[in-house]
Amino acid sequence: MSGAAAAPLGKDLLGLEPLTAEQITLILDTAEPFKEISERAIKKVPTLRGATIVNLFFEASTRTRVSFEFAEKRLSADTVNVGSTGSSVQKGETLVDTARNLEAMRIDMVVIRHGASGAAQFLADRIESNVINAGDGTHEHPTQGLLDLLTLRDRFKRLDGLKVCIVGDVLHSRVARSNIWGLKKVGAEVAVCGPRSLLPNAIDELEVEVFDRVEDAIEWADALNVLRLQLERMQGGYIPSLREYNRVFGVSRERLERAPRDLVILHPGPMNRGVEIDSDVADGPFSVILDQVTNGVAVRMAVLYLLSGGRPELAEAAKSGGGR
Amino acid sequence: MSRPLLLRGGRLLDPSTRTDGAGDLLIANGKIESLGDRVDLGGRDDVDVLDCAGLVVAPGFIDVHCHLREPGREDVETIATGARAAAAGGFTAVCAMPNTDPVTDNQAAVGFIIRQAARAGAARVYPIGAISLGQRGEALAEFGEMVGAGAVAVSDDGKPVASAHLMRTALEYARTFGIPVADHCEEPTLAAGGAMNEGIVSARLGLKGVPNEAEEIMAIRDILLARRTGGHVHLCHMSTRGSVELIRWGKERGIPVTAEACPHHLSLTEDAVEGYDTNAKMNPPLRTAADVEALREAVRDGTIDAIATDHAPHHYDEKEREFADAPNGIVGLETALAVNITWLVAPGIIDLGTLVDKMACAPARVFHLQGGTLRRGSVADVTIFDPDTEWTVDPTRFRSKGRNTPYTGKRLRGRVHYTIVDGQLIHRREE
Repeated sequence: MSGAAAAPLGKDLLGLEPLTAEQITLILDTAEPFKEISERAIKKVPTLRGATIVNLFFEASTRTRVSFEFAEKRLSADTVNVGSTGSSVQKGETLVDTARNLEAMRIDMVVIRHGASGAAQFLADRIESNVINAGDGTHEHPTQGLLDLLTLRDRFKRLDGLKVCIVGDVLHSRVARSNIWGLKKVGAEVAVCGPRSLLPNAIDELEVEVFDRVEDAIEWADALNVLRLQLERMQGGYIPSLREYNRVFGVSRERLERAPRDLVILHPGPMNRGVEIDSDVADGPFSVILDQVTNGVAVRMAVLYLLSGGRPELAEAAKSGGGR
Repeated sequence: MSRPLLLRGGRLLDPSTRTDGAGDLLIANGKIESLGDRVDLGGRDDVDVLDCAGLVVAPGFIDVHCHLREPGREDVETIATGARAAAAGGFTAVCAMPNTDPVTDNQAAVGFIIRQAARAGAARVYPIGAISLGQRGEALAEFGEMVGAGAVAVSDDGKPVASAHLMRTALEYARTFGIPVADHCEEPTLAAGGAMNEGIVSARLGLKGVPNEAEEIMAIRDILLARRTGGHVHLCHMSTRGSVELIRWGKERGIPVTAEACPHHLSLTEDAVEGYDTNAKMNPPLRTAADVEALREAVRDGTIDAIATDHAPHHYDEKEREFADAPNGIVGLETALAVNITWLVAPGIIDLGTLVDKMACAPARVFHLQGGTLRRGSVADVTIFDPDTEWTVDPTRFRSKGRNTPYTGKRLRGRVHYTIVDGQLIHRREE
């Protein structure tokens, strides 16, 4: 590897809040050439040959885990998946012990998904390997934020000045936080919309627009990022019912039809159809939900490449095996 | 009986007797025998002399709020290690909270603490008994028997008394024995699951916050219950500007309310949590700069009576984990004086005399304890410290078993040189 001199992102990717606009743009630009690899018949390049990556998933995940694994495999890294069930975690091993034991096997990178906010940083502070946050509690999910940005940029050909409203349970959403930081840094205008019981009390200090009514958000926005409403929020007493949530905040075709322009619809998945988003919106012409998933692989390849010391200007060449 | 001890040439500083000036202090038979510009030994040659030039000689500090973990968690602290840590921090007496395992909720448990403290031979340890059996918030513990065995107050600290009826009864019942009810103010449904202050930092870090109102709702509930019952409520570890307003409101009306604040709430803000530092995790949580400012003013104007440490040792492994899962609390006995000097005295918020009042005289007054004064004939519990020297906090040197402090590596001002309990030198500064 090229060493610290070529570490444009630093050692780890823990969130979008600590990144600069230039770093975010660099990741998005680096993802562009990687998109093409997934379109080939043989979806594999030798860029990360010999690198060992552990995917440490302490929470259930399909999309993110598979997306990371494809990104790693298409770059020819050797990967191992560790979950909380069927591993030493189930025997009560602490996070730091798990990580140190893995590192003792001389790994290069750890991708971690964990239910506790700060878990990725906790790990990054204690091991030498690169750490990529694949979602930590209600803190950040930076690669999701990046793939949302890439998808919006594909669609609008710009991010600066774009009006994006995040709709739903912002309080408990790591996707929302990564979107807010990422979008603001690249010059987009950001709003949030949802019941006040599901917005952080200090939302005003995050310097985003707040809409209490989804109709107003739709009138304002170029794009909506619709968050998954976690069903356990009802037991927590945050909202009275899913039925009412859908009636008041659900993104429906009727509501979108009254908008002054066609809105692009994002959703990080998995969707609750008929709750936060209606099926005809999710499956409709302005939904980019599956583009997000496709872009997820490219963005994660870019992050893996840059953290491993890959040089951004050689990303194109990297596809044939050089560039590190 | 040991030889008399002459503290020669220190700055005698005792707000309880309005003493502040250079002089000598003679201790004999465990009592303060005399003090003045120059104590005349009259040719006696059986006196030990301690040179106190450049040092402050003050009434021994009293911590009305600490957790010594014995019985139950002797791996993180014992009464002996806690009492030695106290002595090293200049405390001649500490009050041990009853959230032990088993809970200190009966006279036998209180007696155990008294015996362990006597064996340790360091700082005095006064047990605080539980308000409710098992701290379960249901049935009152036997205050009378616990006081008979040596308890000086009651508290369910660590847990709020959720039932207003139980708190009312406790305040009424405590009047018989003349003890304060030390109150952990936390509205449990608002605070549930909270890991830090609710605000912009918790929103950014994705941690569940505890709003100021969780403390303030209970503070005003119990101030009102103190007004109703005439019982003495002592509000523990106050952390918000709203609480300060409520205490002021209560005191202006003559309600029997007293309050303490902790050195960490007077020096640090929620920003210390940044990076998910579990040594900045405590309950109540570190608040905002506006709260810290209001608390400092409340210490200055007397709204806050005493400064107490809430010393809460935890095992390294328990703090070395995900933030939300780490336990609350930090150790404080060995840094309290220096933190208070560094953040309260050095910036000119209070003078050294006021600090001695908050750490020694007021705790004795509020909890009706001996000491807290250099008055002739009173018990010879004395702390001698250098208010100016800077030092760097190195937790590996603590006498406490706990290493969990947010002040690691910080340069602080003020060091304890000698701690004297009952006329006996129980701590002498090393180096």
